[in-house]
Amino acid sequence: MAERSFKAEVQDLRKGAGDTFTGEGILAITKALLENGVGYVGGYQGAPISHLMDVLADAQDLLGELGVQFEANANEAAAAAMLAASVHYPIRGAVTFKGPVGVNVASDALANLASSGVSGGALIIVGEDYGEGSSIMQERTHAFAMKSQLWLLDPRPNLTSIVKAVGDGFELSEASNTPVILTVRIRACHVSGTFATRDNRRPALTVAEAVARPQSDFKRVVLPPMSFAHEHEKINARWPKAERFIREKGLNEVFGPAQAKVGLVLQGGMYNGVIRALQRLGLADIFGNTEVPLYVLNVTYPLVPAEFFEFCEGKDSILVIEEGQPEFIEQALATHLYRAGSKVRLHGKDILPMAGEYTGQVMLDSITAFLKQAAPEMLPAQVRAPNQERPKIPDLSKTVPIRPPGFCTGCPERPIFAALKLVQEELGQHQIAADIGCHLFGSLPPFEVGGQTMGYGLGPAANGAFDAGGDKRAISIIGDGGFWHNGLSSSFTNMAFNKSDGVAVIVDNYYSAATGGQDIMSSRADNDTKSTKNPISKALKGVGITWVREVPRTYDVTRMRDVLREALTTPEKGPKVIVASSECMLNKQRREKPLAQKAIKEGRRVETPRFGVDEDICTGDHACMRLSGCPSLGLKVLDDPLRDDPVASIDQSCVGCGNCGEVADAAILCPSFYEARVVHNPSPLESRVAGWRDAVINWLHGRRAARRLNFGDAA
Amino acid sequence: MNIPLTVKTPDVRLQGIIKVAILAVGGQGGGVLTNWIEDLARRNGYAAQATSVAGVAQRTGATVYYIEMAPAEGGTPIFSLMPAGGDVDVMIAAEMMEAGRSIMRGFVTPDRTTLIASTHRSLAVSEKMVPGNGIASADEVMAAGEIAARRFIAANFDAVAVGQGSVISASLFGALAASGALPFPRSAFEDAIKAGGKGVEASLRAFAAGFDTALNGVTGAPATAPQAGASPKVTGPARLVAEWDRLVARVAALPAPVAEMARPGLEKVVDFQDLAYGAEYLDRLDTILAQDKAGNGWALSREAAKYIANAMAYDDIIRVADRKTRAARLARIKGEMGVKDGKLLHLTEYFHPRAEELSSLFPAAMGARWQADPARMARLDRWFGKGRRLRTDTLRAYVMLYVLGGLKGWRRKTLRHAQEMAHLARWLDTAMGYRAANYDLAVEVIRARRLIKGYSDTHARGLTKFDRVLEGTALVAARSDAADWSRRLREAALLDEKGTALDGALATIRSFA
Repeated sequence: MAERSFKAEVQDLRKGAGDTFTGEGILAITKALLENGVGYVGGYQGAPISHLMDVLADAQDLLGELGVQFEANANEAAAAAMLAASVHYPIRGAVTFKGPVGVNVASDALANLASSGVSGGALIIVGEDYGEGSSIMQERTHAFAMKSQLWLLDPRPNLTSIVKAVGDGFELSEASNTPVILTVRIRACHVSGTFATRDNRRPALTVAEAVARPQSDFKRVVLPPMSFAHEHEKINARWPKAERFIREKGLNEVFGPAQAKVGLVLQGGMYNGVIRALQRLGLADIFGNTEVPLYVLNVTYPLVPAEFFEFCEGKDSILVIEEGQPEFIEQALATHLYRAGSKVRLHGKDILPMAGEYTGQVMLDSITAFLKQAAPEMLPAQVRAPNQERPKIPDLSKTVPIRPPGFCTGCPERPIFAALKLVQEELGQHQIAADIGCHLFGSLPPFEVGGQTMGYGLGPAANGAFDAGGDKRAISIIGDGGFWHNGLSSSFTNMAFNKSDGVAVIVDNYYSAATGGQDIMSSRADNDTKSTKNPISKALKGVGITWVREVPRTYDVTRMRDVLREALTTPEKGPKVIVASSECMLNKQRREKPLAQKAIKEGRRVETPRFGVDEDICTGDHACMRLSGCPSLGLKVLDDPLRDDPVASIDQSCVGCGNCGEVADAAILCPSFYEARVVHNPSPLESRVAGWRDAVINWLHGRRAARRLNFGDAA
Repeated sequence: MNIPLTVKTPDVRLQGIIKVAILAVGGQGGGVLTNWIEDLARRNGYAAQATSVAGVAQRTGATVYYIEMAPAEGGTPIFSLMPAGGDVDVMIAAEMMEAGRSIMRGFVTPDRTTLIASTHRSLAVSEKMVPGNGIASADEVMAAGEIAARRFIAANFDAVAVGQGSVISASLFGALAASGALPFPRSAFEDAIKAGGKGVEASLRAFAAGFDTALNGVTGAPATAPQAGASPKVTGPARLVAEWDRLVARVAALPAPVAEMARPGLEKVVDFQDLAYGAEYLDRLDTILAQDKAGNGWALSREAAKYIANAMAYDDIIRVADRKTRAARLARIKGEMGVKDGKLLHLTEYFHPRAEELSSLFPAAMGARWQADPARMARLDRWFGKGRRLRTDTLRAYVMLYVLGGLKGWRRKTLRHAQEMAHLARWLDTAMGYRAANYDLAVEVIRARRLIKGYSDTHARGLTKFDRVLEGTALVAARSDAADWSRRLREAALLDEKGTALDGALATIRSFA
């Protein structure tokens, strides 16, 4: 059960010829797969391609009708390996994951797949997460395409072009027996737009039919001497076929005048940004009709030299606009020009920045700089000699605080990190390795727990060097998503086999939460098509780890801290693993809030908890903030001249998770917090008892008020 | 070379592209607002494109949404996928510092940008963690907005929406409609909300409220700013009120700047203990005042009026219990939590008294003996020192706290009181010792009392910081800039929990003192 239901989007997948699809890029790709007769689809979720997985997971009926197999793979390696079905069988297959991290994980299978070659179209849809908002290291998938020889598509970022690239990708793959990567940048995945749909197509050969008639050919197995033959086949057979196909089908595009002294060569994904810069310079109109010729590489690997030379003909200078580093395309084009003895001046990263996202400002500045150098007469007068006075806008860089992502309101991971912080205050700082997932936010203030991350499922493995222990034990943190992705084998069998003396904390929030709340092996949800409810502790015992402690409610900070202390101090040798379980609050609220509201309306008894702070008991020391960081726990400036510092204050977004009170208790902070649990539709008996109590309490209130001065606001 | 050598001007139709950026904090409904705007444009014959960078940024981080639209005639416009500095027509910031961020990123420019900002604050973790006041200055952002934006519409759109039982996306959509920055009538905006189909009624109410707020130009003060309050009416037995009035008359006789602080100060100590305690407070203040003079604006006495009151009204168990068992508190909580129409309230208090707090309630001599004996303290901790969750809506817990809160008669005998009074005397003596030679330094030493706050360990840390600031101050007391150093030490002590900044400042002092 993902974060939201995609039933509405599933209806869009049923559209046929003559209809129009309106929606997000990644959903358009999903629809295009079905239009192109895909036989099987798999992948591993992650921004920005999660929705492809989520929608197909909700589209089981439709997939069944079409005979398409959908697999929510255990990880990207498993997804890529699934493309093996297209090696011997002429079935189109597609898998999707996040790039480049998912590609890293998948690279073993991808390299083998590329060596074997394919007979059915094999498409790898990679959501390239580069630039603003990215949560991963900044790298390029491009390098993988080059090293393994996988063709790389980077279409213009509009729905029609992206959808066309899906079909082109399958055909290119089949024409050249090579798997094809379709990269789509994060904004292109989330861009909205429309395209004219076609009818969905059943695969010519379904996986069910294929498995009934098995085939094999040892020539496709990656073993010598066949693997040596594959290497030559890649260069001598598949590459020329690909170049021919790209050129004949016109996959790359040229825009603008045929004759000009300058031109721009760009990745398809850069097209809209380049056009916007040209529009601002008065060199392109609203529809993108440009006065500067553009050679748009919708296929960024392989390059087609003949096509490139044609574009260069008659030009003095060209600028290669290629996001990310190293500048693979520019280097390759430079080589081609040099070998051909060309006089065309090639610019690229000498003008554009080597690293970082090509934002609107970067595009405008760089294209302006290029034209100033290569064709100044094209530029509008004011760009050539700007004389505009701009008003001075105050510098806010010291005022505005950074706002990195963090734990949501009521997140069950917050108390785990509060406990880790508390146990470190007792026992001193420890070596802590983090993993990938929401829990990585624990490395940020206010917790600052965890110093590095080595990849999904690799948290405990990253402490391998410290497995023998020492004065202090090393701690690692891993999520349930990471555990099933790769952690069980790479981290926990590694710990068990090496008799690690380390401590691992598994944050079990019932989902692969950071990627959108998809079900995993240990999810508690009922799932018709997937096996859930497999406890993590059982898997740990299976690999021979005996010291396993389960904390069934992470909000119990005292218990959490005590278990951590035990793990860090017990004389017992061997891996010590704590499974801390509570449901992801985002998913829990999405599910339970509407149910509770409905129950209240229907007159059933419901308790809704929320926390509060007694502002005159709070002294404004903010000790609680340093163990929380919850968005609903803020500060309030009091209307009291005697008070200097703002006090803690909880707003109405509080979901009553209990962390505030638990932390105040465990860390012995202060008595300012209270939990107010509102009982809706109480039973008559309950109301009567409450009435009696209230009467007594009221009498006591009055008694004391009558004997002393009362200052009105005294609350 | 076939390109004509004419001076280029951007395609006039480009001015038809309206660029709208939204900067929100994850979870604020920026996606919903984006969908409404996009839908609004398409329904009114515009081509539109929206993008966002969702992913983990959604988890409480700053998130940008971006929409471009243009009349859909004559072809397919090429839209950008991200906002560019100097090229945004409407900037919607769903929080005050996000408005600041949008200005910082160059998305707000005087030639074209309508900036619609909600003035409420959702504090960043870095602002909340600081032991002192780490809240960023909203005034600076307001001032920058006035300069940077062509039009600046600012109001607390969060409160506007919450007041209508909805969320900020709806009130901001109302403000966008009111701004007239998009060429669509109000009804078209409302149609987009209706088409969205979720929580339509509440959204429409918040939309209307946001529309009106923006139109009436209410540039509401930032939500965290304090508002001046009137002195509440004092009630009680006539005898006590008469005595209170006599004390108030004493306050009224003080110089105005001192009286201004002494009035709430008096209220605080009387509320904490009794009228006799209030008289003591004023006596203490009188001794300070006798050594103060008008030439300094009575700064020393004014600060003393503030911090002596805080020192006398220390946070002991009796005060906490008293506060937690008052009628006004229960009424406030019931109001905030919406306990009415037959709903009930379960109220749980989180207490964790330690042996230190418990023994501090013993008579002074006995308490001191116990605290000096680790075995006894350990026993006390074993018996009583554990986390307690008291359901104060039930009689057992309520009566227990009620009785504790009534122990004011006992308070003056306790170890805690003796300790507090001794500390108070030492502190005032130190400050007044500096007065003759360095008046400003005496004021700073009075102000150092701000460092003492919190309970248990936090309180102990505050005391340590206070002591260290005074030690550092003593090192430089002879210098003419001693007051300045003392202030810097205090400010450093308020910057971080562990006192790292204070260590640095002290090291600097030791390097020359």
